[in-house]
Amino acid sequence: MRIIGKQEIEDIAVGAALLGTGGGGDPYIGKLMALQAIEEFGPVTVLDPDEVPDDALVVPSSMMGAPTVLLEKIPSGEEAIEAFLKLEEYLGEKVYATFPIEAGGLNSMLPFALAARLGLPVVDADGMGRAFPELQMVTFYLDGISATPAVIADEKGNTALLSTIDNVWTERIARAATIQMGGSVMNAMYSMRGKNLKESGIPHILRLEEEIGKAIRLAKVNNVNAIHEVLKTVGGFELFQGKVTDINRKTEKGFAKGVATFEGINEYKDETLELRFQNEHLLAQTDKQLLCVTPDLIAVLDSETGIPITTEGIRYGSRCVVIGIPSHPKWRTEKGLETVGPRYFGYDVDYIPVEELANKGGAK
Amino acid sequence: MGTYRIGIDVGGTHTDAVILDENNQVISETKSSTTVDVATGIYNAMHKVIASADVPREEIHYAMLGTTHCTNAIVERKGLNEIAVIRIGAPATLAVKPLTGVQDELREALGNYVYLVRGGHEFDGREIVSLDEEHLYQIANEIKGKVDSVAITSVFSPVSREHEERARKICTEILGDEISISLSSEIGSVGLLERENATILNASVIKVAKTAADGFVQALKNEGIHAKVFFGQNDGTLMSVEYAMKYPIFTIACGPTNSLRGASYLSDLTDAIVVDVGGTTSDVGILVNSFPRESSLAVEIGGARTNFRMPDLVSIGLGGGTIVRIEENGEFTIGPDSVGYRLPEEAMIFGGDTLTTTDVAVALGKVELGDQSNVAHLDKELLQRVYNKMVEMVEEAIDKVKVSANPMPVILVGGGSVLFPTELKGASGVFRPENSGVANAIGSAISQVSGQIEKIYLIDEIGRENALQAAKQEAMDEAINAGANKESLIIVDIEDVPLAYLPGNATRVRVKAAGELV
Repeated sequence: MRIIGKQEIEDIAVGAALLGTGGGGDPYIGKLMALQAIEEFGPVTVLDPDEVPDDALVVPSSMMGAPTVLLEKIPSGEEAIEAFLKLEEYLGEKVYATFPIEAGGLNSMLPFALAARLGLPVVDADGMGRAFPELQMVTFYLDGISATPAVIADEKGNTALLSTIDNVWTERIARAATIQMGGSVMNAMYSMRGKNLKESGIPHILRLEEEIGKAIRLAKVNNVNAIHEVLKTVGGFELFQGKVTDINRKTEKGFAKGVATFEGINEYKDETLELRFQNEHLLAQTDKQLLCVTPDLIAVLDSETGIPITTEGIRYGSRCVVIGIPSHPKWRTEKGLETVGPRYFGYDVDYIPVEELANKGGAK
Repeated sequence: MGTYRIGIDVGGTHTDAVILDENNQVISETKSSTTVDVATGIYNAMHKVIASADVPREEIHYAMLGTTHCTNAIVERKGLNEIAVIRIGAPATLAVKPLTGVQDELREALGNYVYLVRGGHEFDGREIVSLDEEHLYQIANEIKGKVDSVAITSVFSPVSREHEERARKICTEILGDEISISLSSEIGSVGLLERENATILNASVIKVAKTAADGFVQALKNEGIHAKVFFGQNDGTLMSVEYAMKYPIFTIACGPTNSLRGASYLSDLTDAIVVDVGGTTSDVGILVNSFPRESSLAVEIGGARTNFRMPDLVSIGLGGGTIVRIEENGEFTIGPDSVGYRLPEEAMIFGGDTLTTTDVAVALGKVELGDQSNVAHLDKELLQRVYNKMVEMVEEAIDKVKVSANPMPVILVGGGSVLFPTELKGASGVFRPENSGVANAIGSAISQVSGQIEKIYLIDEIGRENALQAAKQEAMDEAINAGANKESLIIVDIEDVPLAYLPGNATRVRVKAAGELV
């Protein structure tokens, strides 16, 4: 058990944006929501998964919809509470603790905003160890945990209670409702027992996020290379150093898909990196070979500060270091790869772990 | 009878002034020190440039001012208006209140009257809830006599400005016409907090802008000049005094922009990299179709994140007055501090005892300036290494603003531009046009008038062509409102970005139109 204050929130926000691999929204607004809630209601307690009783009811707090909408129509803070209260009413039981559904700019912060308001602890675990774009893309799904009963709530006071036959249907129905409710809603879904979270969740994600954020912050203070510090912290690989020379985006079925092209600098001179993304960065390859592919994590960092850059923030001329991080073993299983592997996203390549690719000389 | 124009640009170190004839030829140019009160420096520069130009005063018809008044006021928190901040968006948006995340000092200066009102729109133009007009009346009565400016921001006002417009009507009805009201839809783009901050800053500097404008007009009158007055804005175009009083925030960062525009004009290049070497820093920007490329990232001003258009610049701490320090072991550092406007007293070539970048260039025979014998004793081999490093710093900044590795023309402007060589890595050619020392004042004088809009369109409903057409028309209307001649209007920039997770292929469209002065 530990107490999370404002500095920890700042660090976690940066680390979450990095593990968010370009997706999950701008951490800035989520961070401000968490900070305002902590300012008003006091600091938040974080529990190690082992500290949660096996039979305790735990529910992640997350948003669904367009981050662009949330940046404009900032939440009221009441939606998430409303969603939790409705779910408690339906289940006839109080929620013991909340936790992040994913490591992403926004969704890593929302549990803190809610926890401060409700006086709940946050569990140091999530369902992805990174960020993914669809509702069923959580490790809980791999273990057959249902997303529903689920409640989605908007700031106007509307709530929808969903009961679906599987998590893909939850995704479909919830997304349609989200649009009607204004493009951005708060969720209480994937309610589970403490035992489920310990077995199916990815532990210590908050600690890792905080360590990443701290490494980047202290690198600046101590004038050391932020990228090296990050790679040490996450056990990752440098894939490329380059400058964005082209970025091609389009919206398909509501997702921002695209390709960014990087021209190599320094020791990568005369090489070209192609980065494919659908909200998150999913595939990095040069003209010679594949460097890293989903579910392994690809993060694009500002070459000077080490600050992670979102897919929406990639722009012509940015100088970046692209890094690859091994994903959690749960994603490397057959069902894991079926759910979030390269072929699910329409890329015609086989999954090869980033560390194997690195051994073949793909990464440094 | 001729038509002349006077252009003035206030920089951190110097206030530059030029007079141009009807063919935009430079008749006279001058540099004076920028003064603490800004106005005296403007007056001095104006007086000097008019005195040295042999043109009849009644033939000076236009006067353009690019000034740092508003930037200084925000950074120093001086002379700011007492403002009211009204955000329309409750019950949404309550999780992050206005002015959260801005520096405490600024929050204290501007956050005395902050209100959250029910209303605002969804991304597709539906109302979140209907506007709480009763609350607005109550607020207006409460702030009456207490504030002199109001900043109003409504959720998704770039999509529908209806609630902001209605709120303005109510405020004007209760507070009267003399209270100025800033609407966020007229200032920034999607992204509530950043747009709201920009609107708040805008409202806070209206008084400052008015003082600057009155001072400028009065100074012109004192010189016997009755010219039409314009302010430079940071997209490289001009706005009328009336427009500037409504949107003073757009004067911020007009200095580097003026340099870019002036560089384009002087070199006759439309697509190039511009290096503006000042006394303390150098700004490197990029011209696309003769206009500065705009930053697509949030820009901090005085500790507040904002999202209104700003030129995309790379600034480095290297100028003509940058201090060079040599260690005993032969190591050296360049800046980031500078002797700034004290260069004529403190640089060694002028008899001072501080080694500056200018001294280095003179000692190596790159420039003829001051008294070279004062630096003749210095180790040439060491100075060459310092000079190489200076060039390298500029080359790296040039590379950073580029869009591709292809070489591009580089234009050197600004007082310190003589320091640098005419061959630079990454440059297809290096140009240092005549009058480049006052490119900023020239940029200010030759600017066109523009209008810009940014909106979200549902492309599936109206089609991309129709959306772009509608956006272009609105941008042109804006330009005409700002004082552009309808016949001369051209579209200088179009950008459309699809938005994630929204139906109907929702796309953000940004268009800018520009034209000659009426």
